[in-house]
Amino acid sequence: MRQPTGSAYFMEEHHEPVARHTLAILVDNEPGVLARVIGLFSGRGYNIDSLTVSEVSHEANLSRITVVTTGPAEVIDQIKTQLDRLVPVHSVVDLTLTGRALERELLLVKVRGKGEARVEALSLADAFRARVIDATIESFVFEITGKPDKLDQFIILMKPLGLVEVARTGVASIARGPEGMAE
Amino acid sequence: MAADLTAAPTERMTGAEIVIRALADQGVEHIFGYPGGAVLPIYDALFQQNSIEHVLVRHEQGATHMAEGYARSSGKPGVVLVTSGPGATNAVTGLTDALMDSIPLVCITGQVPTHLIGSDAFQECDTVGITRPCTKHNYLVKDVNDLAQVLHEAFYVATSGRPGPVVVDIPKDVQFATGGYIGPRNVVHKTYHPKLKGDAEKIKAAIELLRGAKKPIFYTGGGVINSGPRASELLREFAHLTGAPVTSTLMGLGAFPASDPQWLGMLGMHGSYEANNAMHDCDVMLCVGARFDDRITGRLDAFSPGSRKIHIDIDPSSINKNVKVEVGIVGDVAHVLEDMIQIWKASRAQIDPAGLMDWERRINSWRARNCFAYKASETTIKPQQAIERLYELTKGPDTYITTEVGQHQMWAAQYYKFDEPNRWMTSGGLGTMGYGMPAAIGVQKAHPEGLVIDIAGEASIQMCIQELSTAVQYELPIKVFVLNNEYMGMVRQWQQLLHGSRYSHSYSEALPDFVKLAEAYGVKGLRCEHPDDLDATIKAMIDHPGPVFVDCVVDKMENCFPMIPSGRAHNEMLLGDVGEKTVNEAITEEGKMLV
Ligand SMILES: Cc1ncc(C[n+]2csc(CCOP(=O)(O)OP(=O)(O)O)c2C)c(N)n1
Ligand SMILES: [Mg+2]
Repeated sequence: MRQPTGSAYFMEEHHEPVARHTLAILVDNEPGVLARVIGLFSGRGYNIDSLTVSEVSHEANLSRITVVTTGPAEVIDQIKTQLDRLVPVHSVVDLTLTGRALERELLLVKVRGKGEARVEALSLADAFRARVIDATIESFVFEITGKPDKLDQFIILMKPLGLVEVARTGVASIARGPEGMAE
Repeated sequence: MAADLTAAPTERMTGAEIVIRALADQGVEHIFGYPGGAVLPIYDALFQQNSIEHVLVRHEQGATHMAEGYARSSGKPGVVLVTSGPGATNAVTGLTDALMDSIPLVCITGQVPTHLIGSDAFQECDTVGITRPCTKHNYLVKDVNDLAQVLHEAFYVATSGRPGPVVVDIPKDVQFATGGYIGPRNVVHKTYHPKLKGDAEKIKAAIELLRGAKKPIFYTGGGVINSGPRASELLREFAHLTGAPVTSTLMGLGAFPASDPQWLGMLGMHGSYEANNAMHDCDVMLCVGARFDDRITGRLDAFSPGSRKIHIDIDPSSINKNVKVEVGIVGDVAHVLEDMIQIWKASRAQIDPAGLMDWERRINSWRARNCFAYKASETTIKPQQAIERLYELTKGPDTYITTEVGQHQMWAAQYYKFDEPNRWMTSGGLGTMGYGMPAAIGVQKAHPEGLVIDIAGEASIQMCIQELSTAVQYELPIKVFVLNNEYMGMVRQWQQLLHGSRYSHSYSEALPDFVKLAEAYGVKGLRCEHPDDLDATIKAMIDHPGPVFVDCVVDKMENCFPMIPSGRAHNEMLLGDVGEKTVNEAITEEGKMLV
């Protein structure tokens, strides 16, 4: 079997292909739990591409953290087991490995412009099913939900049309089918 | 709060009283601590009771190492009590040390009153923030009604699964406030339930691999010791059943008896020639409660290239972390070994005797290399010789050895032989100079009748020397045995081998007169400079009923061999009798970059 060479003492870069993974982490909603999760990423040098967190059950006092991270399969596996051993963590699921996970993100974009650019922005927004949630004579704020790459695309299109500001929520993700996340 | 309140509190008392009561209910007999403003209510409650004995240390780092020594030698969690701010930050080194070496500690820290948190109050620090990465878990208790539950949970978390340190930070107002108390039995943890029993299919697969082996090896670690004495017994039984040779990490020494013919000695950077070669050439490796640390594996891509590997570990994140294994079994060592032995016996499994005999022959040829040989001198004490004599004159089931960090630590591991678990306490993962003497105090507290010796270096011992005063106050007859080579020897050795003998700041300049220093503390001081005086000095040390400090002057330039230079494989060890030139050439440019 091939040995990984990822020891701190043999920092040859990973030659294994890296992939993007979405992890869902069910945690006790208590102070410091997010710091523990993030601290694990920063302390061990893992990437966070996107992070969302919110309470999902008030009665059970549970929060769900969704982390999008990139790395070779072995590193992702290591992240997962490291997360799993944090005391307030109930369960960790690699939604990318379950294969059929749904991902959505919400984006707010402010675009400023007049005349043709303004008309163009509005019609593109329409094509992307974005909603106008604020308007002045010279600006719009669009709201749009979708997969992250669709939002990327929308931002690219808005750039030449007077893009002023972008706010994104980060990815929320859930597996398809009738099964719930195993506890 | 991560636990269920399954029972209503039965009694009401102050937070400080809850602390004492919870400790007593957890069976705690000794705690190591240092007072300060933010823990005064707890100290007041301590004053008014008799069930818990408090050991007053001289520096909070000392308290943490004492608790570690106590825990490691007794199997019980060590308990520390310190104040807010500097008390807590001083404890950080010991907490990190305990995390790295999987030692169960519960550390109670005082905190400024709740309403002052975040205001830069006097002696405020973000204790939970600072200790988050260096504890297994930590808590800030803001409501006195949560306190009992959190404390019981802290003991549960510290001692179950892979053990580790847990901090409970208690603001002063919570210590004063009155709240309900619940006992330990009423606390059930909601999320944290480490798996003890190994997966049956995996265990079967492991047995299949083992029975097909021709060149098996057991590579064992601190996890065997943490699993409890039963695990050591089972390890012995399984090794004898299979006939496999056994090696161990620094942390695991004593789990398998050094006097057993199947024992190979310690492995790794300063391990034995036979252990490292056997690791390199084996065909099936059973790793029991060890974690493929870089001091063990050496060059990863050349680590035991031809073997199939089985890994038993209670921490799932240790499996496949550094080294890929064929069979990873998550579970407690004793539980898993018990199952393995049962299947092995039931299926009348056996390792091919012819193969095993060949393997033994190979191993014996490595043994014959006599890798720990050294040249004794008529005039200078060799450090190896000092440990050998110390071993001969002090060995026994009631002897406990702690160490500091450096060459003396490695020589102790190489030349002192352990036949039982929990007799060897050393800072492995963090390598903390200053660990050994306070650890010895903790060990002595747990084993008042034991002979407890800190094998030390003259540099390390100065990092927590103040704890001699603690030993004197509590009449703890620890023995400090310093191998005084007037150098930070391990640093000097690396500078010699890796940095062209440029001994930058590694000379122990302006050393105190240790005998006078010891005597100033009320400790008996002895100095030994000549090989002829070695035995007499050691005997005098043992015979003195109180604490003793031996300043044993040894060869200044001795190096610690065998050594696997950084960046090299197990079968590329340097041995003690090669010339200096070969030593220098043996280390690659790439290796010099490594730690
Ligand atoms: C707190 C701490 N600081 C620095 C080091 C790095 N270090 C490792 S061994 C060593 C020298 C130890 O010298 P001594 O105690 O005299 O032991 P010797 O190697 O001479 O036996 C040093 C400085 C360490 N391990 N711990
Ligand atoms: Mg020294």
